[in-house]
Amino acid sequence: MARVVVDVMLKPEILDPQGQAVQRALPRLGFEGISDVRQGKRFELEVDGPVDEAALARIHDLAESFLANTVIEDFTVRVEEVAEAVK
Amino acid sequence: MTARIGVVTFPGSLDDRDSRRAIRLAGAEPVALWHKDKDLHQVDAVVLCGGFSYGDYLRAGAIARFSPVMDTVIEQAKAGLPVLGICNGFQILTEAHLLPGGMLGNDHLHFICRDQKLRVENADTAWTGDYTAGQEISIPLKNMDGRYVADRRTLDELEAEGRVAFRYVTDGEAADGYGNPNGSLNDIAGITNAAGNVVGLMPHPEHAVEPLIGTGRTDGLPFFTSILKKLVNA
Repeated sequence: MARVVVDVMLKPEILDPQGQAVQRALPRLGFEGISDVRQGKRFELEVDGPVDEAALARIHDLAESFLANTVIEDFTVRVEEVAEAVK
Repeated sequence: MTARIGVVTFPGSLDDRDSRRAIRLAGAEPVALWHKDKDLHQVDAVVLCGGFSYGDYLRAGAIARFSPVMDTVIEQAKAGLPVLGICNGFQILTEAHLLPGGMLGNDHLHFICRDQKLRVENADTAWTGDYTAGQEISIPLKNMDGRYVADRRTLDELEAEGRVAFRYVTDGEAADGYGNPNGSLNDIAGITNAAGNVVGLMPHPEHAVEPLIGTGRTDGLPFFTSILKKLVNA
């Protein structure tokens, strides 16, 4: 089994008030030097079978049509190594 | 003969009953449509109503857009079927790419519920013929994700083609319902497609159709009389 991670972020030019609220809270927590925060979404897809080129292409289509709205968001797709011998 | 206007109920829809009531008060026949049913039951127009379809999970309207009924709505809207999206319905229309741009959380991060002043910018759509261009109306607004965004090219195109159908009126006191309530670009409250059959807006005309309730005005009723006239005269 393999895991594919899809990260979705608002496009850079779009205002992210949630990220701004987080950023504004940082000085109160004693965190200095963070000039900007943007908040996104991360999807972890557990894939049955091999994550070959065809599987990745299908996941890319899924991300483009459903997980992200490409009018307002960008996304990336990557394979994540899952540690062996968990069982 | 009157027109049959369908109202889709998704899991989480809230304003389907009010929408059907508004349609009836305008003199048309409301038809309840179900999200799992691809069949539109020969309706002449469709209203996608407000609420939180599928809990607004993923993005507002993102899951509803893939429901069976929407396959047919999308196909027929492209062929000219009049479709009005109110609030969550507007969000569904942008997710379905029947209308350009997208909807995001209000810039102040709060839910908002108030009577809102709008200006009707385009009185030539299927849903706005009973208004006059430039007319100011007051109808309820209630949402979390009301911020309309689009890239600069899309905004310029909408403005140039007169496709901003409704704009928040900003020259007045917030307490009187004036101002941009959510950070929408260009103060956009609602837009139309190029053909004028698909219209979406965030505020709720179906809650302002009887003098007894809401704003005490019936500023929302012309949406439903407009479409009825359009269909009956067709």
